[in-house]
Amino acid sequence: MSITTYELNHLDHLEAEAIHIFREVAAEFEHPCLMFSGGKDSIVMLHLAAKAFWPARLPFPVMHVDTGHNFPEVLAFRDQRVQELEARLVIASVQKSIDEGRVVEETGPRASRNRLQTTTLLDAIEEHRFDALFGGARRDEEKARAKERVYSFRDDFGQWDPKNQRPELWSLYNGRIRQGEHIRVFPISNWTELDIWQYIARENVEIPHVYFAHERPVFSRDGMWLADSEFVTRTEEEVVVTRKVRYRTVGDMSCTGAVESEAETLEQIIEEVSATRITERGATRADDRVSEAAMEDRKKEGYF
Amino acid sequence: MEFLRFATAGSVDDGKSTLIGRLLYDTKSIFQDQMESIEATSVQMGNDYTNLALLTDGLRAEREQGITIDVAYRYFATPKRKFIIADTPGHTQYTRNMVTGASTADVALVLVDARHGVVEQSRRHAFLASLLRIPHLVVCVNKMDLIDYDEKAFTAVKEEFRSFAMKLDVPDLTFIPVSALHGDNVVERSINMPWYEGSSLLHHLEEVHIASDRNHIDARFPVQYVIRPQSDEHHDYRGYAGTVAGGVFKPGDEVMVLPSGFTSTVSSIDSFDGPVSEAFGPMAVTMRLADDIDVSRGDMICRPNNQPTSSQDLQAMVCWMSETFSLAPRMKLALKHTTRSSRVMVADLQYRIDVNTLHREENPESLTLNEIGRVSLRSTQPLFFDEYRRNRNTGAFILVDETTNATVAAGIIVGSGT
Repeated sequence: MSITTYELNHLDHLEAEAIHIFREVAAEFEHPCLMFSGGKDSIVMLHLAAKAFWPARLPFPVMHVDTGHNFPEVLAFRDQRVQELEARLVIASVQKSIDEGRVVEETGPRASRNRLQTTTLLDAIEEHRFDALFGGARRDEEKARAKERVYSFRDDFGQWDPKNQRPELWSLYNGRIRQGEHIRVFPISNWTELDIWQYIARENVEIPHVYFAHERPVFSRDGMWLADSEFVTRTEEEVVVTRKVRYRTVGDMSCTGAVESEAETLEQIIEEVSATRITERGATRADDRVSEAAMEDRKKEGYF
Repeated sequence: MEFLRFATAGSVDDGKSTLIGRLLYDTKSIFQDQMESIEATSVQMGNDYTNLALLTDGLRAEREQGITIDVAYRYFATPKRKFIIADTPGHTQYTRNMVTGASTADVALVLVDARHGVVEQSRRHAFLASLLRIPHLVVCVNKMDLIDYDEKAFTAVKEEFRSFAMKLDVPDLTFIPVSALHGDNVVERSINMPWYEGSSLLHHLEEVHIASDRNHIDARFPVQYVIRPQSDEHHDYRGYAGTVAGGVFKPGDEVMVLPSGFTSTVSSIDSFDGPVSEAFGPMAVTMRLADDIDVSRGDMICRPNNQPTSSQDLQAMVCWMSETFSLAPRMKLALKHTTRSSRVMVADLQYRIDVNTLHREENPESLTLNEIGRVSLRSTQPLFFDEYRRNRNTGAFILVDETTNATVAAGIIVGSGT
């Protein structure tokens, strides 16, 4: 007699949990939407969504909040994936928000469009009447996110109230909202950075080349390597050098730093991530360094 | 690698944060920048030591007030297992947070101060763990260093706890003498307690057998979403997507769909990666049936000879979670159970339980925030359920206030009928 143990390994477990959440939202909401940045987490999200509804197409559109400061290879990658999945792409443009006077561009060497995205995002939610937005945030990324629910309720101003979150029990998600309110949904809440990489390797998920070590002209700021690009104003002391780097997170070019790395394959990345002593946001995100509670403050305003 | 979720409850003074900090630190799960950040914050707050509680107390309000308000989730791994810690505050006013953290846990960790023995708080935590049917309860008798690692004191705490736990339904109870501060029996076995022959806490968490905790007997598949591609390639495809909530399903199985009562055969179990030969919990799959019968979200697929209870009347224990109003007889609420939503009326509030003494107060007028009581509910439509003690997936529900849409109660089904 064969003995079946009925055990799932951790990646199967995390995958099943995410698929359950995608389906639950598709069943209960009228206008869901998947936020896609081209980053590894949102690429995994897209892959999970495709799995959840196979053999049908995604029952919701994909939205990119475009700061206008993206890595060109990431944009090309986005378009290719969307086409392969025959998905509908909605682009919400920060440039358009600036042109229409909804937000004012920051100036100076530290100018970033990171915070401006919130207005663009909330405007797009209103325009398209989205009632549920899937995001690829993970609880291990940041301490405010460690406290956020899988279904994160937003009021009609798009705001998050960390002190007044709905209790979330078992896998019974409360998706009831009133008109104008919405839910941010985080199906990969329980994944760690290492889980993401192990899953990408296991599933053969394609990712943009900026995640692998490559030579790039960069300059040092606040202990991070920022890419030299037209979107960043350098000071005189900030000298451009060529370094072999890779990105641990991919966001706006003006505030995403690269790390020096020799990892050219997924196996090498997994090895590097397993041994790292610095969190991915600590290593690479200028936007989180504003203050101890920078993420919490942005999230309260309606940020991702 | 297997996955284990454990819940801890406690306040700053009983060493819970130190214990978690120790587990994270000794398994190299605290990153350098996190450590530097909490060291800086500790200095700024005037602490004499690095306050490891800051690792989990992430919200501005928590840091300002030096308290844990909410459930924090932390992640760490050893070569054997991946762990999710649901870290919850321990005081009575946070019972709802503890219930939330405990709802998905495989293991509950209860801390007892070796100097004080079993106190009200330890009893409450043990009761909640048993109510939520966490299969494994680990009692860490902490601060052994302060009582000279005395075996007799440990045994006394153990006996005291055990006699209390006899009144509860605890399937697996383990005691570990530890010193979170010095690391005794946390990751490595302590050299200070040669008389202790059990495992260290981490070793126990790595080895505790959890695969058999899930119900693999009663086949339950709540239909979550109907997949109909309506494309040329999959023109006639109609699949029932969902997460297996109990038992095992295989192609060829004879199944029954509730509430219709129609029977059919599983023609295939599909996934993106190909056909599945056996589906069990918590796999998320898509099931196709041989016959063209009406099946929609909220229906339950089971076996004709093993059906859940189908009833509009249920008996349940509820933990009330609303700050703004209390539960009272005749009240109407929205209910979510598996993938089914319904409306219920509170037909009766039989008793309220004192979570510290287990004393029952019969026929109370209401249940207020953090109170637990036994109710009879009448649903507008039938629900398909099992007793929670038999199946956590088909025995749990939440109640939602229809005006504010707030989740106001966690419910555990103990039976049917009025």
